[in-house]
Amino acid sequence: MARQQAPVPARQPPPLLAVEGLKVHFHTRDGVVRAVDGVDFQVGAGQTLGIVGESGSGKTIACLTLLGLAPPPARIAGGHVLFEGEDLLQQSDQRLSQIRGRRMAMIFQNPATSLNPILSIGQQLTEILRWHTGASRQTALDRAAALLALVGISDPVARLRQYPHELSGGMKQRVGIARALLCEPALLLADEPTTALDVTIQAQILDLLAELRQRLAMSMVLVTHDMGVVARMADRITVMYAGRVCETADATTIFNAPQHPYTRALLESVPRIDHSYSGARRVLPSIAGRPPDLLHAPPGCRFHDRCPEAVPDCRRVMPREHLVAPGHTVSCLRRGSPGEATP
Amino acid sequence: MTPLLDVRGLRKHYPVVKRGLIGRRQTRVVRAVDDVSFVLQAGETLGLVGESGCGKTTTARSILDLVRADAGEIRLDGKDVRPILQGADRAAMLAVRRRMQYVFQDPYLSLNPRWTINEALREPFRAHAPQDQAEWDNRIAVLLETVGLEPRNGVRYPHEFSGGQRQRVGIARALAVEPDVVLLDEPVSALDISVRAQILNLLVSLQDRLGVAYVYISHDLSSVRFISTHVAVMYLGRIVEIGAVDEIFARPRHHYTAALISAIPVPSPGAVDQRVRLRGEVPSAINRPSGCPFHPRCAAALPICREQDPALQQMGPNTKAACHNPA
Repeated sequence: MARQQAPVPARQPPPLLAVEGLKVHFHTRDGVVRAVDGVDFQVGAGQTLGIVGESGSGKTIACLTLLGLAPPPARIAGGHVLFEGEDLLQQSDQRLSQIRGRRMAMIFQNPATSLNPILSIGQQLTEILRWHTGASRQTALDRAAALLALVGISDPVARLRQYPHELSGGMKQRVGIARALLCEPALLLADEPTTALDVTIQAQILDLLAELRQRLAMSMVLVTHDMGVVARMADRITVMYAGRVCETADATTIFNAPQHPYTRALLESVPRIDHSYSGARRVLPSIAGRPPDLLHAPPGCRFHDRCPEAVPDCRRVMPREHLVAPGHTVSCLRRGSPGEATP
Repeated sequence: MTPLLDVRGLRKHYPVVKRGLIGRRQTRVVRAVDDVSFVLQAGETLGLVGESGCGKTTTARSILDLVRADAGEIRLDGKDVRPILQGADRAAMLAVRRRMQYVFQDPYLSLNPRWTINEALREPFRAHAPQDQAEWDNRIAVLLETVGLEPRNGVRYPHEFSGGQRQRVGIARALAVEPDVVLLDEPVSALDISVRAQILNLLVSLQDRLGVAYVYISHDLSSVRFISTHVAVMYLGRIVEIGAVDEIFARPRHHYTAALISAIPVPSPGAVDQRVRLRGEVPSAINRPSGCPFHPRCAAALPICREQDPALQQMGPNTKAACHNPA
């Protein structure tokens, strides 16, 4: 696929993960839902990419597709997922199952539903190790206990005999993290890993993830709708809206000099805990309307009908990403993006 | 001045019952809400915050008698209405209910899917104003406009609306009977971030216009700071700190409040991390620790904290906290 590439300085190694033009469509009775419609992002070694978006923006589906886990009736309609030198979209299920959990692992949003309720913690953790490494039962149990200790679970040997319902939400998420880290993956996918948790537990889990990625020199893709969480965790941020990428840049640029009107509006519409709102007229700058129904995705730029800066062209021309500064891509006609007319 | 709503010593305990071969016996008690007191004036918003299981929803529901409180007074304009809410006089009970309304977290679950929006909005009038039936449709149209919906959409069903629009319907239903107090239970948590700001703005503008008082329950402290004039922090069924919102956010005195506020990641990369880190997790309300219930997780705990349960004391000009060793 011929596409404009950012000029990469020679000392930078190729990215660990490069997603190019990924399209995931759902063929439903009512029509085709273009949940992910031409998405690009990259993750460098040791880097954390935050993918930010609202529900329905396609962030979770894009993430699940990397591992071949997108639920039916999802169909991959195009694109490449280049990971450690191979295109995952071209690999057999057998090959994918070797990569899944070993080189690329995932932490799910809801720890209560992502653990098997009828298997003990030990059984769930050792199964993965024995499958991938063929380790003996005892070796696997030792390793599982070591991992539970690593994620801050006290008395790990006893915990291995417990079942998920005996653990609190924060504990279960720690087990989910331990499970993902068993084989020391090069890339960790975390889909809203703290959304289901209370704030003080969220802070503990974020601390843990930050510490672990440093200790294990791991790359991470962090999917979230919480601007505070990405600000704290991500090196680079990709903002998604209605199945498309609006803007990608390093975290500081996204927060301090965002270019895309959606990124700007999104940041402004979140109340801030470090601002006082008394005295002044309390009005949050809000985005009118709501995210589009992707069964009837608007033509042109998908944000045009909510965009304060839209011009008539935005209604029929779909913008493509282009580079506005080193490492900063935006797809918006008003920021000089090229585009293609949509029917 | 007599406060509009004055809650005093509200208590709700749940017995934990063990069923054995011979009969049942009560083993322990869950102190879901324990001696909760606060006051609220017209036009004010009290943000009720805390982690799951701290008793914020039970507190709000007890005020409306949706959960029957064990003890305490709920004074509305100085008069204790708890006996009326729990009494047999239905007309008197409805008269109190009309003044206090509730908005639920998930507007999809709280609207009847088989009723159109107009039908759903007729219900409060049927209960509270059955006499002037001719007026209902007009008032419903006005209500829908008030919350930013087109009156012609009233003939539609809840599934035809987005989450944000459904929450507008939930707010309209609460406002239908012109209440003085609205209890908002996580009203924006189920909504998309770009829609949350719209609903928060709507709530603020309705308050400015109607002078209604809110009790705003949320675990999202940023929205609490935005919408509230006062805030009460709950931990294991107790209010541990209460007062004017800016004073508490600028200088929390209880260590739990400090931890809760500093646990929220600020949306600025590279923000200085001054986190007050908490050990462990919230204990179950069945096994509430002795003394100050927060002491096992508190970095500033003194020996006295293990033995004596601190009472709320004046800390700043407009704040109170229950702590032996305040920050």
